[in-house]
Amino acid sequence: MKRLLLFIPVVLVVILGIVLFAGIGKDPNHLESALIGKPVPAFTLADLKAPESQLDPGIFKGEVSLLNVWATWCPACRDEHEDLLWLAEEKGVRIIGLNYKDDREDALTWLERLGNPYQRTIYDPRGTLGFDLGVYGAPETYVIDAEGIVRHRHVGVVNEKVWKEDLEPLFNQYGEGA
Amino acid sequence: MRRFALLILLMLMLPAYVAADQANVQGFDTLEEESRYRELISELRCPKCQNQNIADSNAPISKDMRDAVYSMMQEGADNDDIVNALVDRFGEFVRYKPEVDRRTILLWATPAIAVGGGLLIVAGVVIRSRRRGEQTDRLTDQERSRADQLLADENRSEQS
Repeated sequence: MKRLLLFIPVVLVVILGIVLFAGIGKDPNHLESALIGKPVPAFTLADLKAPESQLDPGIFKGEVSLLNVWATWCPACRDEHEDLLWLAEEKGVRIIGLNYKDDREDALTWLERLGNPYQRTIYDPRGTLGFDLGVYGAPETYVIDAEGIVRHRHVGVVNEKVWKEDLEPLFNQYGEGA
Repeated sequence: MRRFALLILLMLMLPAYVAADQANVQGFDTLEEESRYRELISELRCPKCQNQNIADSNAPISKDMRDAVYSMMQEGADNDDIVNALVDRFGEFVRYKPEVDRRTILLWATPAIAVGGGLLIVAGVVIRSRRRGEQTDRLTDQERSRADQLLADENRSEQS
């Protein structure tokens, strides 16, 4: 009995080791979105390119799409721009842009100079829709299904690897149902 | 000279401190409202930062969250409404005090479990040592008479 008790510290250390080991490689900056499985929050915001036309969550209905949160002040958004163009042009992915806390002129110049991967771009200069979505750092990319339900959030740059591993499977899954 | 240098140093630090505090200043009608606001923003965690509340954080998202807390307060929302509104957007992560539910019950119960476990161990040690004490106290009649004999012998040899 006494001798068995001596093993308690060993057992505790092994358990601690397992817990710590499980934490290795996890990105502490990654947060699960609170909106998974919920509809895109209500909004009425102007189109970036056509200020007179108003956009609302209806634009997500009917087809699965990516919602990409970007801004001209965000260096990582510049990084992923090529990949977004590739997705839109080569893969035919429907991407809706959310221009977040930005200046309309700057944003339009950016799209003109670098190319426009977005079917529509929501212009959100005060970040109200961004706030309702729980955006905490651009770029963020959401998978929205054909019903307008948020299915996934990716925080950080989208590239070929992220598309293949995270986004494409979801895209196919929710695209088939539509 | 050294004291003077220290004074200069302190004076240099002063405006920075005031400026940092300025970021949190909002207009309130009553002192209670202001302290409620301060309490709320110190209990909410910045989603962009690893371990900072939105009162201390300079991240733009924290500024947005502080503004949201303020405007919800102006609209008459109570503390639960405000915290829930932010949790709905940013997730449980923003709560420094997680709600008691099935997932967090173990976390909340940990102090009680630790105290309870400690009491059990102490009680175990006490009971065991007390029992051992009783056992050594008990002598059979035979042993007792032998002990008396030994003590009597000792006394006699000391006297002689």
